Amino acid sequence: MSQVITILQLYPRDMNIYGDHGNLLVLTRRLERYGYEPKVIEYNPGDNFPAKVDLVVGGGGQDSGQSKIQDDLLKIGPQLKTMAEAGTPMLMVCGLYQLFGKFFKTKDGEIIKGIGVLDIETYGKSERLIGNIITESPFFGQIVGYENHSGQTYLSGDTKPLGLVMLGAGNNTDDGHEGARYKNVIGTYLHGSVLPKNPQLADFLIKQAIISRYGEFTKPPLDDSLAEKARAAAMKRPR
Amino acid sequence: MFQPLVTVLGKAVRSAARLRGGGSALPGLFVEKISPDFISRTLSDLPYGTVVISGTNGKTTTTKMVVELLESQGLKVFTNRTGSNFTRGVAAALLGEVSLSGKLVADIAVLELDEAHAVKFVSQIKPRYSLLLNVMRDQLDRFGEIDATAALLTKIAEATTEGVVLNREDRRVAKIKDSLTSQQVSYFGLSDDLLATFPTDDELHGGKRAAAKRPAASVTLEKIEPHQATFGIGNKQFSTPLKLAGLYNIFNAAAALALVAMITKSKLDQPNLIKALSNVQPAFGRGEVLTIGGQPLELVLVKNPSGFRLGLASFPPAGYATMIAINDNYADGRDMSWLWDVDFSSLAENGVAEVSGIRAYDMALRLDYDNIAVEQIETDLAKALRDFIDRHPATPKRIYCTYTAMLALRRELAKITEVEVIS
Repeated sequence: MSQVITILQLYPRDMNIYGDHGNLLVLTRRLERYGYEPKVIEYNPGDNFPAKVDLVVGGGGQDSGQSKIQDDLLKIGPQLKTMAEAGTPMLMVCGLYQLFGKFFKTKDGEIIKGIGVLDIETYGKSERLIGNIITESPFFGQIVGYENHSGQTYLSGDTKPLGLVMLGAGNNTDDGHEGARYKNVIGTYLHGSVLPKNPQLADFLIKQAIISRYGEFTKPPLDDSLAEKARAAAMKRPR
Repeated sequence: MFQPLVTVLGKAVRSAARLRGGGSALPGLFVEKISPDFISRTLSDLPYGTVVISGTNGKTTTTKMVVELLESQGLKVFTNRTGSNFTRGVAAALLGEVSLSGKLVADIAVLELDEAHAVKFVSQIKPRYSLLLNVMRDQLDRFGEIDATAALLTKIAEATTEGVVLNREDRRVAKIKDSLTSQQVSYFGLSDDLLATFPTDDELHGGKRAAAKRPAASVTLEKIEPHQATFGIGNKQFSTPLKLAGLYNIFNAAAALALVAMITKSKLDQPNLIKALSNVQPAFGRGEVLTIGGQPLELVLVKNPSGFRLGLASFPPAGYATMIAINDNYADGRDMSWLWDVDFSSLAENGVAEVSGIRAYDMALRLDYDNIAVEQIETDLAKALRDFIDRHPATPKRIYCTYTAMLALRRELAKITEVEVIS
């Protein structure tokens, strides 16, 4: 029997836009290829929050999807916060990245409360930041993807930027950085999906999950030559 | 500017653009610049007015169907046949049709317009009818969110003076009725049995749709069989053979029927309508079939997850060599995220022979994560096409391609076989 790693996918029904499903697919396939047995739990509003989780992923949604999950997210917020403090790896993209912060203030001045796992604040703006993006991360090297958001996010406290923007906009139009990291929680605006072309990020999440569940990770690296070529092609494209 | 002069100048630019083998947009752009109201003046006195067809998927084929169905009813139809569905494409098409005095001899204009351009268009020219097909995830880099795209379609409906035909099964499109006050509204739809065959983007990851509680549709697609379909029109059912391939094209045939029924009202000649439908050929690159070395080669345009999913569901891969060509030029959409919302597992058994296009490696990576074998990856489309044909001489072939990849492949194919020239 191979060793099981349990992935919790947050709100796949309402927060699944922009191909963020690709992140889950990459995590499960890579776990299989490393010889583990991935188990995926889909969590939708009103479901029971599972007791044993090794890795958490969440994506972006329409504004309408965001309002559907908001109350439920506040309910499970304390559990997610405890897990984050204990070092559980998490990847939150776009909409859920924003709601993992303290609040989202819409263009009309409405405050949508977040769960405060990340020390970030987001403000809705009329300008939409759209296009190919390349960042340089102190933790993960170059990260490539595609951003498409009108919320602008500002970081403070122990939450650090995920990377510096080389091409594109990133968190906001002022600071020149993109995404956020606190412990093993990663928030980012990058779609693409982000993990397929950034396997170093996928492996970080996987290794953290495996080490905290089974104590060590000793598998040989996977062949990522396709991802490398796809990255190289993406980096040559215009914004 | 004086209308006949605009026409003469525009026609001259059109000839010049054609001589250098150029596209349809340049002469349109020229006319748009020197006489912004050229289109509205030319279209204003058509007896049946102007029809606008918009939505994410199937505009080109649906427009082609509507034109041929209206012609079966004895109407002379003007359309922007080129698939250049921006305002300047309309101007370019008009230039080809108007007399030198600027007069258009037609009963009705049927125009395919991209959502954003349609909004611009209807602010100048109020259509008498509009047909709104669907809102799917497509080119989100251009429109932002799909709810925003739905808002664009709502504006088109609101600007329509007489009648609007809506897709009952697309909840964002069906809801447009709530913003309409004076217009006649009719729906096209699916039988309950077929609902599961056409999942919407909202149902991709676990959402479910209730079959109950939908308004009555004037035309429904009841049943799909190989090369044949059954439609419900009013309370009668009609089975007809079809030359169209692709589930989405057949569903949009219901849309075209509903629109034509609305336009012709009590004058509808049903036998001729059904006969015309059975003769409609797919539009270029939308399930178009060419012949290479005695073998069929199909071109299937894919632009977004729902279109790609329905394409894969429409054409079984067994017995075919499959190629996929993905570009990310502006017209294709720059964002590759959509490839991750398509399930490619139906290709697993036969594998993929060739992957090409600017984003060939994104596609190859996508297939790799679905554990699908890829024989060859070549970013250069011309080389990939030659290689694909050479390695599979005795097999029917199918190429799934994005818009600009399709145009490039058709140019290459024109060198070795007969390809209908699209001006």
